[in-house]
Amino acid sequence: MSISEYNGSAIVAMAGKDCVALATDTRFGISFKTVSTDFDRVYKMGPRIYMGMAGLVTDMYTVSARLRFRLNLYELRENRPVAPRVFFSMITNLLYERRFGSYFSAPVVAALDPVNGKPLIAAYDCIGDLEVVNDFFADGTSTEQLLGICETLWKPNMDSEELYEVISQCLLNAQDSDALAGWGAQVYIIEKDKVTKKTLKARLD
Amino acid sequence: MDFCIGIRGNDFVLLCEDMNAAQSIMLHKQDHEKMLDLNDHLLMTRTGNLGDGVQCAEFLQKNIQLYQIRNGYEMRSSAAAHYIRKYLADTLRSREPLEVNLLLGAYDVISNTPQLYYMDYLGSMATAPFCAHGYGAMFATSILDMYYHPGISVDEAIGILNKCIKELKKRLIINFSKFNVKVVDKDGIHKLPTISVEDGIHTH
Repeated sequence: MSISEYNGSAIVAMAGKDCVALATDTRFGISFKTVSTDFDRVYKMGPRIYMGMAGLVTDMYTVSARLRFRLNLYELRENRPVAPRVFFSMITNLLYERRFGSYFSAPVVAALDPVNGKPLIAAYDCIGDLEVVNDFFADGTSTEQLLGICETLWKPNMDSEELYEVISQCLLNAQDSDALAGWGAQVYIIEKDKVTKKTLKARLD
Repeated sequence: MDFCIGIRGNDFVLLCEDMNAAQSIMLHKQDHEKMLDLNDHLLMTRTGNLGDGVQCAEFLQKNIQLYQIRNGYEMRSSAAAHYIRKYLADTLRSREPLEVNLLLGAYDVISNTPQLYYMDYLGSMATAPFCAHGYGAMFATSILDMYYHPGISVDEAIGILNKCIKELKKRLIINFSKFNVKVVDKDGIHKLPTISVEDGIHTH
């Protein structure tokens, strides 16, 4: 098993009409052993910017802490919350600094553009290749399962309630086929006026 | 080849470790205490390499005490946990990684909550109501899944601990003769009677 599959994770982000959703599983395991079943993988980086991190957990902590440091300095200097696209570049820069000797963790960022309210999903690999996608993105050990079901169920311009249903079903069913991810799910639905967090019960195996 | 286990109750954290000091096939000592008080409300136990464990534990203990001297107050448990995690993560990609897995039992006196942190040698960290390291963890975690409930008392936790030890004696090929048990609560760290397998294990 490769090092990015050592801990196991499942993350998916989906875009709707003026809303975006981010969902992760809540299992923390060391190879085949499950250690924690309520593990939080999502970090709030701005009023409408949420980042989920897949891959090796130690690098998840390190990358998110270093990013938080840079973000805090930016916000102190600029005296305003960071814009999503600037934050996306910040992540690319941080990850590419370790081009040879990379972190084994990659973020998935779901954000709402503060200017026009459109959804933005930033997809990365572990060395910082940024792709901004308009439909959905999946990462972690359940990537193949997630991509399959997302491709089937996603359609453009879903409102927030339908988006929540679709992303929840995609994650719950995909992580059922993955031994290393599961044990629950957290779904964040990000809209212009509010952010809702829901915790789902899943198959406990 | 080591084993350590932590159980979190409403107002305490119980940590237990085996007392073997072994290197490869040689068992040096059977009454070796590996648990270390990092400060008045922070207790750390470990598995893994004996030398790395001592270096790591003493270094962390002294730095956490230095924080207290410099600032005049104890390092808070979650701050200490993140500090320890960062130390492990930094050594991971440096000279040599420290081959130490840790369990940190803490009582946060400001929020009055007990906390149990699981850390492995890579620097992964998680909080859990109960967790264990080592081969024995595979047996102990299943028993804890069955018998643990939130709001457990110290006596009940020791009862479950005895069940785990009985199972290890029966089914684990490694022989542990003694177990060191300590509890952290709002009054600090207390040593409980050592559980000795030869004297018989009492489950209740």
